[in-house]
Order: sequence, then structure tokens, then C-alpha cells
Amino acid sequence: MSSTQVIRTAKAGTTEPAWVRFTLIGIALGFIFLFLVLPLAAVFTEALRKGADAFIGALKEPDAWSAIRLTLLIAAIAVPMNLVFGVMAAWAIAKYEFRGKAMLTTLVDLPFSVSPVVSGLIYVLMFGAQGWFGPWLQAHDIKIIFAVPGIVLATIFVTFPFIARELIPLMQAQGTEEEQAAMVLGATGWQTFWHVTLPNIRWGLIYGVILCNARAMGEFGAVSVVSGHIRGQTNTMPLHVEILYNEYQSVAAFAVASLLALLALVTLVIKSWVEWQFERDQKAAASLPPERPLAPSPV
Amino acid sequence: MSVGLPPETASRRSPKRVLPGFKLTLGYTLFYLCLIVLIPLSALVLKTFTLTWEQFWAAVSSPRVVASYQLTFGASLIAALVNAVFGLLVAWVLVRYPFPGKKIIDALVDLPFALPTAVAGISLTALLASNGLIGSLIEPHGIQLAFNRNGVVIALIFIGLPFVVRTVQPVLEDAEKELEEAATCLGASRWQTFRHVIFPTIGPALLTGFAMAFARGVGEYGSVIFIAGNMPMVSEITPLIIIGKLEQYDYAGATAVACVMLIASFAMLLLINALQSWQRQRSGAKA
Repeated sequence: MSSTQVIRTAKAGTTEPAWVRFTLIGIALGFIFLFLVLPLAAVFTEALRKGADAFIGALKEPDAWSAIRLTLLIAAIAVPMNLVFGVMAAWAIAKYEFRGKAMLTTLVDLPFSVSPVVSGLIYVLMFGAQGWFGPWLQAHDIKIIFAVPGIVLATIFVTFPFIARELIPLMQAQGTEEEQAAMVLGATGWQTFWHVTLPNIRWGLIYGVILCNARAMGEFGAVSVVSGHIRGQTNTMPLHVEILYNEYQSVAAFAVASLLALLALVTLVIKSWVEWQFERDQKAAASLPPERPLAPSPV
Repeated sequence: MSVGLPPETASRRSPKRVLPGFKLTLGYTLFYLCLIVLIPLSALVLKTFTLTWEQFWAAVSSPRVVASYQLTFGASLIAALVNAVFGLLVAWVLVRYPFPGKKIIDALVDLPFALPTAVAGISLTALLASNGLIGSLIEPHGIQLAFNRNGVVIALIFIGLPFVVRTVQPVLEDAEKELEEAATCLGASRWQTFRHVIFPTIGPALLTGFAMAFARGVGEYGSVIFIAGNMPMVSEITPLIIIGKLEQYDYAGATAVACVMLIASFAMLLLINALQSWQRQRSGAKA
């Protein structure tokens, strides 16, 4: 047997005949096209159905503007809050051993498994007119439900685990040797975090932040329960899309929706870029000489 | 030895606690977790306990609510099954076969995670309604896809697809080709190799992805309500029942139904955790 023959037999053992391969690729691509590409394309074609002027006109509406501003504001509060929490939680869970750690990790993931509608409802039960703090809030003239604070709280809840769950496995895999070395060399805790830990987790951090941001800007169910749908005041972009759609203003609804779809596309591009960078860094680390296996890659 | 280390850190604590910040980070984590997640969730449970058993039972077992459970769980089950089949296929094709545009397809799989659910909902409705691109092709054959139960299933397939692909894909990438080669050398056909060698390896991951897609489907609201038509007893999902009760200021009823959903999602979270640890054991035993 010549060597080419051996290779050919070995290959035949781990792959399928060409017609099977092409059929499977065809079915998979057909499914992706029907369920992912078409819905995405439909957002843009529906938005531009009556031309660019109608599209731009819909986005210039004052109500659309206030929805965009509110959505940006909500994300600008919710994402940093969950970023600080995510880094703190990952540090505590990944760098130390303590009892109840598995339980804590499960609890951090909990908001993912709660229905968005239930996530909104719990804040109504806390702060609504008939809720625990309802009478007290009313007496002090503070509005949380059917106002911006309620939307912020519900958004924080549904995006709660995103950054923490990216960072925990990453920091666990990296261990504590580098931080310990920095401490032994005289760095303060803050310096250690800033110069050793943060560069190591930066890709995971960006990854978590963009996913958290996409969900924060796009959340519908939870926000819908607490917002009260007051036009120009408590309408986020997804809620504005719903109102326009229910009023049969299809082009306007899809125009606002197309901005959210663009956000999703940008999110996917950044996500793929981060994954690519992360792989490149790991390959670079693997190819380093063994005496410097842990040197950070150039920033 | 301990130059530069604060003396108390070096002497009193175990080597694992050399790093500072344990109390601060764990304290803040617990504080934030309680404030955002645990206290509000306990508000739901405590509110449920203020109902009498009869009130609770009447709220969660009225015919309209029971019909919504059947739809929510049934449609999620069908959608998760479809996703298990096609998700496995997509993961397989992405890992095993080269083809042009693969990177773009791979990135696109995450679209349902990134696209706001309301946008997915109106877009699917526009496609599947009788004047839409797909609806206008299919409706003459007597099949209506939007504004009924079919629409619910289709929306949930969209939402759940990445869960299966993203849990199966890494396991398939790590699967040892040597085992397949050995099976072929021992005379197994390609299909036998898949059934008896590859499938047992990816089985736990597939089941995990299926359970995640199912759990997500049960709670889903945004994408479904646009396409479902929301007819009581026919195409009304359970989260919409909660919204309906809230809009009628029936807080007790909304809370009771929400409590049922919360218990269901806890049960699924525990199941998924168990599946994941099983999956880790399987892959750990192989390594």
C-alpha cells in the first residue's frame, strides 16, 4: 500500500460520500436561509417599502427620537451596573474557594431562566401601587413603576448574568498564579487587577458587554410590564415598534426595527471579531517559548 | 520571602487567599444579587402565599389558563425537537464540512440572541401573513402559518436555534477522530459509526441544548405575541395570560400564574444543570 492510499482510506473513514455532504450542507443552508436570513432581510425591505423618504421621516418623529434616547439611557445605566457586578462576582467565584460556590454560580444564572414577563412582574409586586413599597413610594412622590427607574431595574434583571457568566469560566481557567506573582513583586491589589487580570480577561469582558448591551437595548417582555407605554416618556425602542405596528404604521414600525436589527448585526460583527482576536492571542501564547509561557500579548 | 506583601496577608491567611478583595467582591456580589434578583423573586413567592389555596387553584387551573399551558409547553416541545434535529445538522455541517461563506453562517447562527424579540416577531409575521413572501406562497395550499399555533412554533424555532448549535458545536469539535477511524477499521459503516460512536459522544450536549431551547421557549413573549393571533383558548401563551391579568389589575391571579411559571423554570434550570454536569463527566472520563 502506498502512502497516498493509506491517507485516502483514513479520510474515507471519517467523512461521508460527496453527495451526502452536499445534501447535508444544502439542508442546513436552506434552514438557515429560511429561519435567519429571510426574517433579517424582511426587516429592511419592509422598512424601505415606501422609499427612503418615508423611512427617514419615520425616524425623525419626536416619539421615535425620545424612544431612541430612552433606550440609550437605559443601556448606559444597566450595562455598567452589570459590568461592575460581573467583574466582582467573577473575581470572588474564580479566585477563591468557599462553601456554597456552586450554589452562588447557579443563582447568578437564575435570571436567564425566568420568563421576561415574570421578571417585570416581580418589580411591579415590589414597587407598584399595590406592591410592598407602593404606599411608601406614593407618600414620598417617587415613581418607579410606569417610569424610567422601573425600566432600568427590569433591564438590569434580564441582563444580570451576561458579563459574569463570560468572565467566571475565563478567570477560573487562568488561575491565580499571575496575580500571586504580581502581589509578591509588590503590586497593590488594584495594580494587580488593572495590569495583570484586566488584560487577561479583556476579550471576555468586551464579549460580555456587547451581548449585555444588545439584550439591554432590545428587551421587550420585562420592560413592557413595567413601562406603562407612555409615548415620549417611557417608551423604549422595542415598545415603540410594538405601538407603531399595532397602529398599522408598518413602515414606521419597521424603520425603528431596522435600527435594532442594525444593532444586532453590529453586535454579531464585534462578537466574531472578538472571538477571532481571542483565538489569535491563545495561539500566540501557545507558541511562546516555555520559559515565558505566561507573557501577555502586545496590546 | 514575603517582601511587599502586607504582613497580615502573609501570615494569617491560607495561600489561596493571598489575593486581596475576597470580602469586598463576595460581599458586593451577594448584596447586588439579593437586591436585584433574590428579594424581588421572593416578593413573588410571598405574594403567592397571601392567597388562599382555593384562590390560587382557581387562578392557575381555569380552562383558559390550562389551554395556555398546553400551547406554551406543547409548542416549546415541538420547536425544541425541530431545533434538536436541525441544530445538530447545522452544527455538524459547520464543524465537519468546508464550504464558502462558512464564517458568515457561523456568525449568523447567533442572530436570535442579538436580534430584539419584538423585531423578530414583526418580521416573521410580515413574512408569514397571507400577503407576506412565504405566506402568499403557502396559503393557497390551505396551510395558514401566521396568527395561529403554527406561528407560535415558528417563532420559538427561531428563538431556540442557537442554543442547540452552540452546545453541540464545541463537543463535536473536540470529538476524537481516532475513534471514528477505529470504528471504520473494524468494519463499521459510516452510519453505524455515527449511531454508535459519534452520537453517544454528543448525546448529552444535544440533550442540554434541547432543554435550553425548550426552557427559553416556555418563557418567550416578545417574538410570539405578534405572530400568534392571541385568541383565548387557541393561541394565547401563558406569559400573555399574566399580562392580561395585570392589565385588569388582577394582581393575585397574575402572581399565581407567574408562580407556576417560576416553578417550571426552576425545575428546568435544575435539569439543565444536571445535564451539564453529566456532559462534563462524560467528556472528562474520555480525556
